[in-house]
Amino acid sequence: MRAVDALMECLKAEGVDVVFGLPGGANLPTYDAFVNGGIRHILVRHEAGGGHAAEGYAKATGKVGVAFATSGPGATNLITPICDAMMDSVPVVFITGQVRTELLGTDGFQEADTIGITMPVVKHSFMIIDPQEIPRAIHEAFHIASTGRPGPVLVDIPQDLSRAEIDYEPVSDVRLPGYQPRIEGNQKQIRQAAKALAAAQRPVIYAGGGVVNAEASAELTDFATSDRFPVTCTLMGLGAFGAPHPQWLGMLGMHGTRAANYAMDEADLICAVGARFDDRITGKLSEFAPRAKFIHIDVDPAEISKNVPAHIPIVGDAKHVLAKLATEYRALEADPARLDAWWSRIDGWKAKYPLGYEDSTDSEIKPQFMVRALYEATGGEAIITSDVGQHQMWAAQYYDFPAPRRWINSGGLGTMGFGLPAAMGAAVGEPDRLVCCIAGDGSVQMNAQELATCAQNNIPIKVFIMNNGYLGMVRQWQELFWDGKYSHVDMGEFPDFVKLAEAYGVTAMRFTDKCTLVKDMKDAIAIEGPVLVDVRVTREENTYPMIPAGSAAREMVG
Amino acid sequence: MGEPGTKAPLSLEELQAATNMRTGRKHVLSILVENKSGVLTRIAGLFARRGFNISTLTVGPTEDVQISRVTLTVDGALHPIDQVTKQLHKLINVLKIRDLEPADTVARELALFKVSADGVQRGELVQIAEIFRGKVVDVTKRAIIIEVTGTTEKIEAFETMVRPFGLIEMMRTGEIAISRGRSET
Repeated sequence: MRAVDALMECLKAEGVDVVFGLPGGANLPTYDAFVNGGIRHILVRHEAGGGHAAEGYAKATGKVGVAFATSGPGATNLITPICDAMMDSVPVVFITGQVRTELLGTDGFQEADTIGITMPVVKHSFMIIDPQEIPRAIHEAFHIASTGRPGPVLVDIPQDLSRAEIDYEPVSDVRLPGYQPRIEGNQKQIRQAAKALAAAQRPVIYAGGGVVNAEASAELTDFATSDRFPVTCTLMGLGAFGAPHPQWLGMLGMHGTRAANYAMDEADLICAVGARFDDRITGKLSEFAPRAKFIHIDVDPAEISKNVPAHIPIVGDAKHVLAKLATEYRALEADPARLDAWWSRIDGWKAKYPLGYEDSTDSEIKPQFMVRALYEATGGEAIITSDVGQHQMWAAQYYDFPAPRRWINSGGLGTMGFGLPAAMGAAVGEPDRLVCCIAGDGSVQMNAQELATCAQNNIPIKVFIMNNGYLGMVRQWQELFWDGKYSHVDMGEFPDFVKLAEAYGVTAMRFTDKCTLVKDMKDAIAIEGPVLVDVRVTREENTYPMIPAGSAAREMVG
Repeated sequence: MGEPGTKAPLSLEELQAATNMRTGRKHVLSILVENKSGVLTRIAGLFARRGFNISTLTVGPTEDVQISRVTLTVDGALHPIDQVTKQLHKLINVLKIRDLEPADTVARELALFKVSADGVQRGELVQIAEIFRGKVVDVTKRAIIIEVTGTTEKIEAFETMVRPFGLIEMMRTGEIAISRGRSET
């Protein structure tokens, strides 16, 4: 059997039903195998689009996403999605073609040192030097990508090896003696954490994307409601604790709610689960949660005490640890009344500082209003993807995500152009669910070519561009922190998104009136196939509240 | 396998969180890795991107052909050793890491010194070499090469002694280290 045919068998054995990719010289044998390989392949228009689509697929389904590219420029176009998947712990296997082995190291046509270039941004990578190794490498790549702290794994296959004949035998084991993620959590530590929680007067649960990755949403909710623990989530964790809920404080961090950030500031015990104390959360590190002790639950030991010292470190997967923690906690029968004073303080903040904005008095659409309108038009039940910038923060603030895997965005790397291809991947992975992309007018242009992929394959994503004609977040920072001197942020009215989408074969329209917005959105969503809507919003609106970079939670503005 | 992350259970009252603590001393990390291409690049790249400095680095085979040993020294005054070892553990090809306790470790380094030595100086240099249990391995009219084995401190002391004679070149291997007693390094 040719190695590439074995590759198809391996993908099927791993349960892969769809992959995203773009062929080229070095992976011609692989694409020959796709002809009768029995795997759905979606031809993207740019490898970055394929990589982000694989991420969107993985984030929506919880399964491993797969993206293919050729050597050289094909592989380098994947760098951004690979790095994005690393930062946000997304399980994706990237399979790249490489020049023939005799050309390796000779600066051959379309040769790039893909393994070398990607090394800092992969969880692991395999360079194939013997075609017989391909099945095992693929199998181990899936194992590494999807277990422990998930992440991107790359397999680089030289062209001549991919078409070599091999003896294919299904691989059922992995030989990775140096890779043994620990998921159970130390029972003594968990008991210690339960005791600390029972003694805490002002506890907060701070949950991140690790809860989503571990499919631990039910366990988080059960644990949080084993008492009246206040819960806040990071940008990546939204939906892990279903909103709205009486114990829900909203998102925390730079554009989080005052209730969440003030609660962190005054907490005496913070239970961090699957979160990594990113600078967007902590602000000024030396003044972050100054009164708190920390329980830190994470499957990646290196995250524990990396930025903030953990008093009770627990290495384990959120699903296992939270289930045990809830059991231990219940056994202690702590008095819920001890949290009364804490809740009255939090409820005071919630009442005094709800998320809000000054609505327009005419028909102008405020960006926050647009997100609420989409929430109404979708009944809060859509998968929402976003790009990066103001629209991303407004989407995070104003769309109440009731469940995990409904909110798909680029958090760690902050990749503009993520939203549209990620929506495409999510819609392919979850064909029965409505998938909407809240895009920025700046961001969407970075991967707009994938509209062609959506049109050709009738992938029914609904893209709502929050169009303010600016690189809005940069404009906001220039306004607030650079004396209002705008430098290269004005995008004007270019392109005409309606014409652009129509040229790609995508139904398009423009909304400018807030009075009919909800109905207009419902109508757009009802249209079959992909739809793009250019929503014109207030040009200069700022995202608030905000902790200026490097400041403490107490210094929130807006 | 190493057990990064999980420390012994501690009470909130008695605990002083130990993160990012600088130990203030040199650490010798003995790392067993799978003998696969690119492993050293992965280790070196990890140090570079995390901003850790490698003081010395040696790589060599072990008694098992599929496994190599990397011995590297890191300054614990500059870098959080727990973070260094945890990040190293994340590399799939890293099998085992030991942060060797100085008291329970035998560490050695080999150095070659090429020193100016015409006539009169030669005798004095040979005497110094003898005191340090060094070996003269080559002599020419103008120079002498001395081999010294020992701890880093001893080699540095020897360097201080011979430098005034005119040190032409010095080469050092970096430390290798092995734990005492029957336990495996």
